[in-house]
Amino acid sequence: MSAAPGTTVSAAGAHGQADWDSDPILRVEHLTMRFGGLVAVDDLSFSAGRGDISAIIGPNGAGKTTVFNCITGFYKPSEGMLTLRQAGGDSYLLERMPDFQIAAHARVARTFQNIRLFGGMTVLENLMVAQHNPLMLASYFTFGGVLGLRHFRNAEKGAIELARYWLERIRLIDRADDPAADLPYGAQRRLEIARAMCTKPELLCLDEPAAGLNPRETAELNELLRFIRDEHDTSVLLIEHDMTVVMEISDHVVVLDYGQMIADGPPDAVRNDPAVIAAYLGVEDEEVETVEREVEAGASGGDGAS
Amino acid sequence: MTDTATPAGTPAQAPEEPAPPVSQPPEHDLASAVKDAGLAALVALALAAPIMGLRTTSQSGGGGLVIVPQWQSVLIAVAAVFVGRLLLDLFIWRRIVPVPIGDKWFRRPGGMPLARHAERFGGYFGPLVLAGAVVLPFLPIADRYIMDLSILVLTYVMLGWGLNIVVGLAGLLDLGYVAFYAVGAYSYALLAQYFDLGFWVCLPLAGILAAFWGILLGFPVLRLRGDYLAIVTLAFGEIIRVVLLNWYTFTNGPDGISGIPRPSFFGLEFQRGDSGFAAFFGLDYSPMHRIIFLYYLILILALITNFVTVRLRRLPVGRAWEALREDEIACRSLGINTTSTKLTAFATGAMFAGFAGSFFATRQGFISPESFTFIESALILAIVVLGGLGSQIGVVIAAVVMIGGFEYFREFEQYRMLIFGLAMVVIMVWRPRGLIATRQPSIALGKRKSIAGDLVGEGHG
Repeated sequence: MSAAPGTTVSAAGAHGQADWDSDPILRVEHLTMRFGGLVAVDDLSFSAGRGDISAIIGPNGAGKTTVFNCITGFYKPSEGMLTLRQAGGDSYLLERMPDFQIAAHARVARTFQNIRLFGGMTVLENLMVAQHNPLMLASYFTFGGVLGLRHFRNAEKGAIELARYWLERIRLIDRADDPAADLPYGAQRRLEIARAMCTKPELLCLDEPAAGLNPRETAELNELLRFIRDEHDTSVLLIEHDMTVVMEISDHVVVLDYGQMIADGPPDAVRNDPAVIAAYLGVEDEEVETVEREVEAGASGGDGAS
Repeated sequence: MTDTATPAGTPAQAPEEPAPPVSQPPEHDLASAVKDAGLAALVALALAAPIMGLRTTSQSGGGGLVIVPQWQSVLIAVAAVFVGRLLLDLFIWRRIVPVPIGDKWFRRPGGMPLARHAERFGGYFGPLVLAGAVVLPFLPIADRYIMDLSILVLTYVMLGWGLNIVVGLAGLLDLGYVAFYAVGAYSYALLAQYFDLGFWVCLPLAGILAAFWGILLGFPVLRLRGDYLAIVTLAFGEIIRVVLLNWYTFTNGPDGISGIPRPSFFGLEFQRGDSGFAAFFGLDYSPMHRIIFLYYLILILALITNFVTVRLRRLPVGRAWEALREDEIACRSLGINTTSTKLTAFATGAMFAGFAGSFFATRQGFISPESFTFIESALILAIVVLGGLGSQIGVVIAAVVMIGGFEYFREFEQYRMLIFGLAMVVIMVWRPRGLIATRQPSIALGKRKSIAGDLVGEGHG
């Protein structure tokens, strides 16, 4: 890799610091994850801006999902610091928290590359499970719920309303009582996002949300993600291979290759970054210079992967 | 997007068989009904001929067995089957579209017909069984033997329901469930022996102690899944039994504890004399009073188990159990503390086993470690698996069939094991997800639709 790790393509704004660095919701500093001898993520630092859609892209095996697993607590990072600052001002050091507390307290929700729905439960039940913690409190840790107290019944009604809101939003309200495993693939993807949103997250991490979707579904996904960003004060961090999604909706793109950051900037700048193109075309390190020159000559700036 | 999203659901949800054509000529109906009834009669003949037709009686004077044919009873049975089937065909099943026989008998496992029947009658079946259970002691058939057998069946129903929480809902395979049953039984026996406490005080204490042991077991096994979890729970069950067996000074070891006090009815003992239950209510003393009282006691305990389980399923904790069975990682990503969720499942299941255990102790009046061997755990697990994981009514059916059948066919001695083994194999081939494989949703916006068993997860330990 000829490009030094962390080559920052400066943001469109003339000011020296990029928008997302001023008050980031998530700051990743010197994140390193080793599996035995393999360094999956190597000294990675970036920030995800508050109220932004940030995308992490990179070729297969670049360490994107590992970064996600570190942020959401499924892996404990070998080194580094992950600071999440909520809108209310509370800060959480994610690397020190167990996974379920990251979701419950730091309010980071995530989806999975291979969809993980509760297939034998209905669509509505999936969204109710997502509201487990507030409902658990409302049921006075089950004891009040067994007695059928009014307080819990009201809380449950509220939870159903929230689920209904999201089901209408993702156009699955008609299938609310069907098992989640019976839904078509695209609907399952949307349901997983809705389920994550039912936890009322500050940061929503989506692992390849557009994988396996047709162009129309992809367009709808873009609309949904914009809606989440604009209407729900939720920042979005996503991993994606589909460049139409990344280029269209993201405010900020981080490019990984072999666990290192090779570019960081707004989508237009990243799209034309020779190192990114080289990484996506998968050339040998020695040939990077040649490819870069070719790209410069072509000057068309097509979106590498797609 | 419109065509891929919502409207796709409506055609896909249409029933797989079209609505039955009502305008069938009645002559055809009659002919096919006669044919069907004839076929049923043939099956009845094949079954009845050896079973009813040949009766072995021992000759007086010790001449061994002779076979006495009884063809008239065979004839009656076959005729009854023919007429009954014909009537059913003509008046009850007439609206059901005839299904090709191969389809009817060799339907793919987990196929719909039986599930659909269960759904149709499921609403009535539970209350019907309950009503039958409530009036049973007053039916003429209820002699001492039937009542004892019913108490035994109900004990296993309760244990099955308790284990259903752990295995069926939370998806944690527990092979040492009988340990909590033993804890409950010994809690009552020892508390009564050493502190002279009565049954009604010990019942909740036994539940609490068993739940406590459930949590104790839960902690070390939380990290384990599947086979490993099963082995550790199995070992735990054996540890409890071996401790009970060897701690002679405390538990009286293999000699067991005898003279465990009987329960009283609000302070009235079931005994002869002026202070007894019978004298107080002006009844003639009968040993059946105590049996009937025990019967209702276990019925109420079992119903409480059922009520709490059904209730918990609709609460966040129950949904978290089921979600845990479906996908543990997704649970954690939603902020659910899987550790405490698993522990509550273990503790709740163990608590009900503790209640059942103290009931067992008070009914028997004597307990020893002999009663809490691995085979009991296996039996309870078999009831849950045969009934259908997570299904309450399935557990009842399986317990009646397994325990009732097992006791009823006691005369067959060793062959009954063979027959029951075969029966289990057949059921598992025929319905691999248990008798009632469908799952009822815990909440619905519209109409509750049961979920086919093959969509429901089995848990990974």
